[in-house]
Amino acid sequence: MRRMSGFNIVSLTFGLAFLYLPMVVLVIYSFNASKLVTVWAGFSTQWYGELIRNEAFLDAALVTLKVGLISSTIATVLGTMAAWILVRSGRFLGRTLFSGMIYAPLVMPEVITGLSLLLLFIGIDLDRGVLTIVLAHTTFSMCYVSVVVSSRLASFDTSLEEAALDLGCTPWQSFRLVTLPIIAPAVISGWLLAFTLSLDDLVIASFAAGPSSTTLPMKIFSAVRLGVSPEINALSTIMIGIVATGVILFSLMSKRATIRQQQEERDAARSEA
Amino acid sequence: MRRLILILVPYLWLLALFLVPFLIVVKISLSDVALARPPYFPQLDLSGGWAAIRDFVAELDFENFAFLASDDLYWKAYLSSLRIALISTLLTLLIGFPVAYGMASARPEWRPTLMMLVILPFWTSFLIRVYSWMGILSQNGLLNTFLLWTGVISEPLTIMNTEIAVYIGIVYTYLPFMILPIYATLEKLDGSLLEAAEDLGCSRTSAFWLVTVPLSKPGIIAGCFLVFIPAIGEFVIPSLLGGSDTLMIGKVLWEEFFNNRDWPVASAVAVVLLAILIIPIVLFQRNEQKNREAGQ
Repeated sequence: MRRMSGFNIVSLTFGLAFLYLPMVVLVIYSFNASKLVTVWAGFSTQWYGELIRNEAFLDAALVTLKVGLISSTIATVLGTMAAWILVRSGRFLGRTLFSGMIYAPLVMPEVITGLSLLLLFIGIDLDRGVLTIVLAHTTFSMCYVSVVVSSRLASFDTSLEEAALDLGCTPWQSFRLVTLPIIAPAVISGWLLAFTLSLDDLVIASFAAGPSSTTLPMKIFSAVRLGVSPEINALSTIMIGIVATGVILFSLMSKRATIRQQQEERDAARSEA
Repeated sequence: MRRLILILVPYLWLLALFLVPFLIVVKISLSDVALARPPYFPQLDLSGGWAAIRDFVAELDFENFAFLASDDLYWKAYLSSLRIALISTLLTLLIGFPVAYGMASARPEWRPTLMMLVILPFWTSFLIRVYSWMGILSQNGLLNTFLLWTGVISEPLTIMNTEIAVYIGIVYTYLPFMILPIYATLEKLDGSLLEAAEDLGCSRTSAFWLVTVPLSKPGIIAGCFLVFIPAIGEFVIPSLLGGSDTLMIGKVLWEEFFNNRDWPVASAVAVVLLAILIIPIVLFQRNEQKNREAGQ
């Protein structure tokens, strides 16, 4: 591509400003002493204090974290298995149906996924609560995990696995010692994606949750339905802060890992020669 | 044997928690609403044997679909969801393309940072990103205060709780989905093609329209589908930013289920919505397939 023109700089600046300005405003107004959005009444951290004292939010946050950790871990295992089947298992009966079921949830409107799961849970008389939210989240996020992992599986050299098998590894050993370390970055990304999707989900959780289990997005949604709330501004600021730190740390780490891997590959190539 | 188990576990999981639930939706969409628990009729009782199943099937009908067709609320909701999704997709393209173009023409060492800046909002809560506009767009919100202060307007604009606010919400939340696929195609674009076009007498503008745009078509199409498909069934954005007259089918389904407790009609709404979505989904899959084959 060619050099930066003035137009490119302007469109980039506007695009990024558009993406970030609303969040910056939210962060700034979370420190506003006034309850009103438009009036700036000085710096204050009182909304953070009220947020911490609000036990309903704390309970919801714990439920959300619990659901997120459990569902993303199961989804990572199932999704990696599904990716392996899609990329390595060749033909088997019902393969088309299987890949259809992996890709369909990615484009399925959340209201339909939520509705159908709720009708299932009622149909089999399963009490709605943390368990049903975990089941629902695992199901849609395993599909995302399998897409992420299968693209990595498809791009790597199968001769490494074959070599391990030739040298006397069992299939499980070859997976654990050769495949897994190579696809590990994709598996970790998949887990992070599943975890974020679970923390973020409002619609499916609203269908799958019972009266006793409320997740943080459900709590936020009911609080902001009628208008802006300074406590939610404070909560949003905390969440934005956590995500930003996490993403930046992770991308720095993976950058370093890629550089190291490239270095090792170069060294290996040199020693072969 | 081990391979069988490996296949069976995720397979059965998806069958039980994706396919079967959807079949239940189809079944209930053919049932009638009833004042009972669960609130629909007929119930399938397998212990009655074949005769019971025959009776059960005989009770199913397409009444709910006839109802959807006759009540213009649903027609209008489907059509306005399609319209809102289409307009917001075009707006997203209009904003997203120049950003992707700017990213692709930035210096290579800047690109990963720009990429991360575009992806970062995607990791932030969707709900919070939609919510952040509520304080900006409301009657006495930041935008109106700013415009009144600069003297551009003398009366506050009503944006919040209108369709315009829904457009802003969709464009804002789905912008990264448009930027990234377009950027991916633009980044691979061979700069010498543009030089060749200019050497052959093209102006820079016509080289852009004759070379850059056609070559980035796969990315543009992918980005448009990635915005259009989820926007149709959107629930959070119309319910937080839209008004009571903003009709979108995701919201109608939610209200039909939670407020009216009419499960059969809600199920029928879901079945029709999916039937509508299948067309863009199949087209999207074809586009992706074509890109993969072209890439090999």
